Amino acid sequence: MSEAPIIEIRGLRKIYRVGRVDVEALRGVDLEVGRGEFLSIVGPSGSGKSTLFHIVGGLTPPTEGTVRVDGQDLGAMSDAGRTRMRKSTVSFVFQKFNLLPNLTAAGNIELARFLAGKNHTEDTGFQEALQLLGIAQRLSHKPSELSGGEQQRVAIARAIVKHPAILLADEPTGNLDTVNSRAVLEVLRDLNERLGQTILMITHNPEAAAYGHRIVHMQDGRIMPPPPA
Amino acid sequence: MRFRPLRTLLSVLLIAIPVTLILTLVGLSQGLLQESAKRTRGVGADILVRPPNTSLLSFSVASMPQNLVRWMEQQPHVTAAVGTAIAVVSGITSVSGVDLPEFERMSGGFDYLEGGAFKQPDDILIDDYYARQQNVHVGDHLTVLNRKWRVAGIFASGKLAHIVLPLPVVQDLTGSIGKVSQIFVKLDDPANTKVVIEALSKKLSATFLSMEDILSLTSVENVPGLRSFIRVMIGIAVVIGFAVVCLSMYMAVLQRTREIGILKSLGASRFYILELIVAEAFVMGICGTVMGILFSFGARWLILTLVPASLTQAIVPHWWPIAGGIALAASLLGALYPGLRAARQDPIEALAYE
Repeated sequence: MSEAPIIEIRGLRKIYRVGRVDVEALRGVDLEVGRGEFLSIVGPSGSGKSTLFHIVGGLTPPTEGTVRVDGQDLGAMSDAGRTRMRKSTVSFVFQKFNLLPNLTAAGNIELARFLAGKNHTEDTGFQEALQLLGIAQRLSHKPSELSGGEQQRVAIARAIVKHPAILLADEPTGNLDTVNSRAVLEVLRDLNERLGQTILMITHNPEAAAYGHRIVHMQDGRIMPPPPA
Repeated sequence: MRFRPLRTLLSVLLIAIPVTLILTLVGLSQGLLQESAKRTRGVGADILVRPPNTSLLSFSVASMPQNLVRWMEQQPHVTAAVGTAIAVVSGITSVSGVDLPEFERMSGGFDYLEGGAFKQPDDILIDDYYARQQNVHVGDHLTVLNRKWRVAGIFASGKLAHIVLPLPVVQDLTGSIGKVSQIFVKLDDPANTKVVIEALSKKLSATFLSMEDILSLTSVENVPGLRSFIRVMIGIAVVIGFAVVCLSMYMAVLQRTREIGILKSLGASRFYILELIVAEAFVMGICGTVMGILFSFGARWLILTLVPASLTQAIVPHWWPIAGGIALAASLLGALYPGLRAARQDPIEALAYE
């Protein structure tokens, strides 16, 4: 890839304070993700992958090291700056879908569009994405009236409505059965292939991880070297 | 709000209660003052002379010498003067002692609906309002000031007082022989009121009220005791409104922790979250105000239905914005802490909240 990476991480450390104890969640992570790449991050619980996800998504600041996302230095950002970044640059897809229960699917998507300050006028890219997601007929339903797979596809629609530079997916198939998992993963792959969406996906599932162009293994707050071929 | 209807309804109801309390209290005071002013104006005098530093509502014991009445009649432009002695019966009810022939000369007399003037020493006159309240007719007996009286006449309300006795009787009962509580003064021309008040003020230390003054004094702001009481009520309203909204919004923020996390993950700013909470409190404050205003009509109806011919509660629209402002201020104040707490919520912790 000749382009500058969309995510560039150097010597990233993150220390959480839990009660009176400091917990080192990330212990010097170096990572580059190219624009348009679909990267899978795998690792056991406590390996630091969620922390990495939160930092890249601007939900928490790094303790040490450099994190550049779409040209923006997260280490130098204030809370307001990270909020702006979440508004325009990154989007999340969570394991538990995290749709607002009182809004319809369309309402959830519209709210994300509104918060991002995007115009409601013709958005052909998003219409195409809705076709890919196959939820056009379910938009008037509330999350409680949708299946897990449908909820996750609505969550993906909500994530891409603002055309983020990066889509961060945290165990997107963790709450789904095999059929729905496959459907969601195929949607993610389609989004990446057809729309060039950069995707960073955390997963426990090796099958799900295989949908990515590249798999990164994490353990004990570090990125492990790739296993020998 | 509409997704938690019971909590919202209870909060609105609790905001409405202090609004109702304020409006009912002010309405009752206003009604009382208006009634009192109406009866005073009904006498037909142009000037009311009272002891120094007394308000329209104070039932002062007779303290002015009765011979002032004759002196008053000798002043330029004065055509008649009538002295009355007031004795408190209970609470806000009082009895006025008056020389009936003098009073009739000034006011044209009472408009009797039943019976007529005093005939026997134990006779009493009451207005139809008091008769309805006590459910008595002419010939029935009433106990007033620890004595039994025979109702000699029932007159149309709106003149002097609800209960009337001969002047010497009230003076005797209150131990103020030769004294009066107030003097009604009639002039040759009402246009001379200002001139006469100025002239009398130079000769006599007393409170002189023209009929215009009396009209302007029928506001609770002009009664020092009521003013303080209403301020206390406003204070209580603010505290209740603040506590209710604070608790309600705190609960709302707790219940919506995860939703706040979702909004933050979508890029909602701290200000946006605070705005959501404050806007909800604002709407609750408005709804509480509207409900409180409606309840004040309900309180009026309830008083009229349960205790007919008792207290008159005026509807006070000019107090609606004041009561609404108090409710809104308390609501917004109450929303501030939960709103700031929500705005400062850590998005990761909020998203992990179950």
